[in-house]
Amino acid sequence: MPITLPTKTWSGVIREVQLGRTAEQGGSRTSQLTIGGQKALPFHHFEGEIPHRPVIAYQIPDADPPQNDWPDALKEPFKDVIGDPVDWAKLVVEKYNAKLICLNFISAHPDRGDRPVDDCVKLLREVMEVVGVPIIVQGYGSDEKNAEILSKCAEECRGEGLTLASAFEEQYKTLAAATVAYDCNLVAETPIDVNLAKQLNILLTNMNVPSEKIIIDPLTGGLGYGYEYTYSVMERIRLQALGDDSMMCMPFINFVGQETWKTKEAKLPELEAPSWGSELERGVLWEAITAHGLLLAGSDVLVMRHPEAVKQVEIVIDELMATD
Amino acid sequence: MALTGLQIYKLLPQTNCKECDFPTCLAFAMKLAAKQVSLDLCPYASDEAKAALGAASVPPIRKVTIGGNDKKLESGEEVVLFRHDKTFYHPTILAMGVSDDLSADDFDSAVKTINEASYDRAGETIAISMIALFDRSNDTGTYTEKAKRIAELSDLPVAIISEDPQRAGEAVKALDDQAGFVYCPNKEKAIAFAEIAKTNKIPIILNADYLDNLAVLAEEIASQGVEDILLDPGFGSQSELLKNHTLIRRMALDKTDKGFGYPSVIRIPDDADPYQVALAASLGIAKYAGIVIFPNWQQWQYLPLLTLRQNIYTDPQKPLQVEGGIYSVGEPDSDSPVYVTTNFSLTYFMLSSEVEASGEPAHLVIVDAEGMSVLTAWSAGKFGGELVGKAVLESGIADKVNHRKVIIPGYVAVIKGEMEDAMPGWDILVGPQEASDVPAFVKDVWLETSESVNAKN
Repeated sequence: MPITLPTKTWSGVIREVQLGRTAEQGGSRTSQLTIGGQKALPFHHFEGEIPHRPVIAYQIPDADPPQNDWPDALKEPFKDVIGDPVDWAKLVVEKYNAKLICLNFISAHPDRGDRPVDDCVKLLREVMEVVGVPIIVQGYGSDEKNAEILSKCAEECRGEGLTLASAFEEQYKTLAAATVAYDCNLVAETPIDVNLAKQLNILLTNMNVPSEKIIIDPLTGGLGYGYEYTYSVMERIRLQALGDDSMMCMPFINFVGQETWKTKEAKLPELEAPSWGSELERGVLWEAITAHGLLLAGSDVLVMRHPEAVKQVEIVIDELMATD
Repeated sequence: MALTGLQIYKLLPQTNCKECDFPTCLAFAMKLAAKQVSLDLCPYASDEAKAALGAASVPPIRKVTIGGNDKKLESGEEVVLFRHDKTFYHPTILAMGVSDDLSADDFDSAVKTINEASYDRAGETIAISMIALFDRSNDTGTYTEKAKRIAELSDLPVAIISEDPQRAGEAVKALDDQAGFVYCPNKEKAIAFAEIAKTNKIPIILNADYLDNLAVLAEEIASQGVEDILLDPGFGSQSELLKNHTLIRRMALDKTDKGFGYPSVIRIPDDADPYQVALAASLGIAKYAGIVIFPNWQQWQYLPLLTLRQNIYTDPQKPLQVEGGIYSVGEPDSDSPVYVTTNFSLTYFMLSSEVEASGEPAHLVIVDAEGMSVLTAWSAGKFGGELVGKAVLESGIADKVNHRKVIIPGYVAVIKGEMEDAMPGWDILVGPQEASDVPAFVKDVWLETSESVNAKN
């Protein structure tokens, strides 16, 4: 006798967020991405609609990145474009078929180049001219200069559906205002805590940021470095969201690459740790597994670095999106 | 549904005879409700009590023991779908395959690689804990001989993976209590494999294409007297694996059907790409597989998978703290910097990973601040200058370094003065506020000051 499979349906739905605006929508992007919209737990096609696939963004540093954060094995695929974010953007779109990019202003940090705000804006404009995919702009931290860079970028690229990363509890007002004024999306980052995530969403909503323009960054603990906290906080937030909590039902973004490649496990040479096996594949797998677990916990946008890791996770996403 | 302590108490004799070694029947009832003891301890339990408790206390997923020596493993007995609801108890067993048609040298070297895959991480040892012996020779002599060879090289439990029941039975006998389980290739051979499992008292893995068929098969085999069963719903896409293993777990917890009350298994196909092999395993680790069997593996897959498993199976009920004391990042020496911070796990992990990234090995003095982060601990009075200074001196760090400098988190720059009073002769350096700025701090501040010190010497 066939058994009845126990399925669980939910009253809540994750909000759809649109990244990028095409010409018809008043922007200049050649593609638009929609994330969110789930009516079930991650990839539970058998009990609710999962309308949009999670997307992977390539993270592009605006200057030659430090060795401890971008080891040689990771730089290798980008060796011809390092330090040139415009060429880097072209490369990932043309060669690796990137659907989304994340421009990271590391050199705006006062101690690491102090790139002026106007320069950041100009760089973003140049990148937008060479690639048509939607763009995330990411600062280097949470101080006032970050907020200024991101809001100036928003102003320059108004109507482009730019995504700003990130707003923090101690630094959100300028970015909330820019998000509303210039039709952007805003990443809301809180330190691995269900209640703080909700609190920041409420603060942003109170500033009139529409909830379909907010993406939750629960803060990614790297694999082996607090990963389980992120994993469980995401599962808890998603369960609350599907239980119809309107201040929790935003999609997730996870900055996976930056939490991977600074770990020793991702880069220590096999010569120094023979039982760890080949460092290149180990590093790629470290990044891919970090991304994979977070997908299973509900991630909608993964910001990654190594093309091989991206490729492997895209295969996994293809399979996870297959409905038999 | 589980019974409460009071419900159980009503079923007990209520004589407080103490023969169960608890002072009262109520105390015993509470322990029964918490599933920490068995009703067998009560010599006077009525049949009614046994029946009621028996039905309520059968764990929804059977605990299956794999192997019989001191390296034996357990699987099953899970009680939740989400780790935050309680915890996951028995970490997914990763069984690494070796093939009996390998040359003697390759075989030995594969077994040794698996056997030595043991790593110290965050205060625990994480290791590959099982070997799967694949029959590719189709020769009973060879298969049995390789089983014996594993026993010479390793103590790990061995999975018997042969399509031939006679050959599987011989290998089980050869391995004795090191035999882990037999893998039954299909429904047609289930009776023959069940016989091996029953005679040798080892678990059997059953597989069937549809979940209904699998549960029916499991009940059939259970009725043959085999108690320890594991369920393989077949390999498939990530989406199919997620669906099948989620539904098995969910139906087991709901007690929908007794046939689902067993741990589940993923057997990865022979020809999968190495990255995708690892990513099938990571799905199994996160989403409910009790065992993942690898026909082929690469050494570089081990550490990422074992680390994921360690993270997912960490008990979320444990306070998020590390023990106070001195920790090393890299291999620090007597000139290395000394960082001081609280014992909140995340603070510790973030600081250690950034110190790691800085490329400059260091000593970390972790001060017991009741698991609070730096600012919270300081405002709660658990990370004041006098307290921290005292803890640093008591840690014994003075014996490990030649210099007299410690680096404190930038957020608590205000405790510098008090620390200087508490630690005469020591320099208190104020480090960055965020751990992520440690690498820059090392470069811009630490290396410069230590160079100037060295120059003076």
